[in-house]
Amino acid sequence: MINFQDVSKDYGSYQALINANFKIMPQEFVSIVGRSGAGKSTVIKLLIGEEKPTSGRITFGHYDVGKLKVNQLPQLRRHIGTIFQDFKLLPTKNVYENVAFALEVAGKPEKEINDLVKEVLDIVDLGPKANNFVHELSGGEKQRVAIARAMVNRPDVIVADEPTGNLDPFNTSSIINLLTKINELGTTIILATHNKDIVNQLGRRVILVENGRVARDEEKGKYSL
Amino acid sequence: MISVATLTVMLLALLVFSSLIIFNVVAVSALNSIQEKIDISVYFKTTAPEDEILRIKQSLEGLNEVKNVNYVSRDRALEIFKEKHASDAAITQAVNELETNPLEASLNIKANDPGNYSVIASYLNNDSLKDYVDKVSYAQNQVVIDRLASIINVSRQAGVGLTAILAIVAVLVVFNTILLAIYSNRESIEIMRLVGASNMFIRGPYIIEGIIYGTISATLCMAILFPVVYFISPYVKIFIPDMNLLSYFTSHFFQLFAYQLLFGVGIGIISSFIAIRRYLRI
Repeated sequence: MINFQDVSKDYGSYQALINANFKIMPQEFVSIVGRSGAGKSTVIKLLIGEEKPTSGRITFGHYDVGKLKVNQLPQLRRHIGTIFQDFKLLPTKNVYENVAFALEVAGKPEKEINDLVKEVLDIVDLGPKANNFVHELSGGEKQRVAIARAMVNRPDVIVADEPTGNLDPFNTSSIINLLTKINELGTTIILATHNKDIVNQLGRRVILVENGRVARDEEKGKYSL
Repeated sequence: MISVATLTVMLLALLVFSSLIIFNVVAVSALNSIQEKIDISVYFKTTAPEDEILRIKQSLEGLNEVKNVNYVSRDRALEIFKEKHASDAAITQAVNELETNPLEASLNIKANDPGNYSVIASYLNNDSLKDYVDKVSYAQNQVVIDRLASIINVSRQAGVGLTAILAIVAVLVVFNTILLAIYSNRESIEIMRLVGASNMFIRGPYIIEGIIYGTISATLCMAILFPVVYFISPYVKIFIPDMNLLSYFTSHFFQLFAYQLLFGVGIGIISSFIAIRRYLRI
């Protein structure tokens, strides 16, 4: 489904990613690991079309991501749910509205939005907090809102960039459990992290990025330095 | 959040723009009312026979350029002269002492278009009429008309120039305002992009903001213009009796408002687009 072919990305003279080659199949749970600055975020930015590769080809389904025009990117991004370390929630909207937002921009009808958002908030266990504002939530709750928003339009892939970076161990494992659950429901998960414990506990495919190169790519991998 | 500075600059540009429109109307009507007063008078030698003059009148009426021709006979000219100076005993007495009528018969010719006077004048200066025509009065008026027309033209160009400059300033200021709005919303814009909002969905509010600035300033501009026009209308009437500025303003209110909306909203949209293109990387 996702295919990186000889992908390189330079920022000026700095090479963030060098000749990356890997494929991700539907319903896989892939962890992309590496130190900070190793190139994990670059992989994610390239995948969601926020950056264009300097060379090589990235395909997502039938999209040739590197060649998409600006006005075609929204279509691609509706197939990808994104979760970030800093949550990226709208502070002026409540929990319900933050999740509904992802459907509104896609022009879904009100009734459908209502049903879908309730369903998703139940999955992430935030039904009772639907009317709370973002600043009234804990870090773990915020990230669960972000996950709800990422999954609400039923994307093919959820990309999580250090989703547990700001969370304590308890919330970390609850977020990872949630992602595993979503993966079992059929959504591909790409998790970028430098948290060794998470990766080792998951026991799923691991792609190790080091100095911009794919150093290792193992099924049921471990993250060891 | 509406920026007062932005509105003020846009309002200024609109005021100059609409003053230009109104100035144009006043100038054209001033020119017309002066041109209305222009005619050519041909004075015939006292020896010219009347039926010859009437024949020339007829041939003039046959010309396309001529609107109408008015014949003033020698006797009529004398009557007019006497009436005019009836209160002046010395002149009346002097005229009465004359044995022959010294006044010349004349034709007053009005043209359809002021540009045609030179054609008519050259027709009258034709050699075949030389025996009858004494003089053709035309040249003096033309200088005044040309001068007025060129003054109006220069003022109009200055107005267009000023409008253009203010429009550019307004575009820059609105651009800056929208830029700030984009900057302060950069996080939600980023989120919109991430959840796959279409470009129009993200840009829409900023374009609407530009439209709102245009609409508000056009409305304010009309609100300011109305009392101003109401106040200056009587003064304009003194200079140009045919011109009723106030009734022009009220009868063209919606047309003027539409022009301003077009201008204001145009400025708003153009500057929003520039700001979005430059700073809203999607």
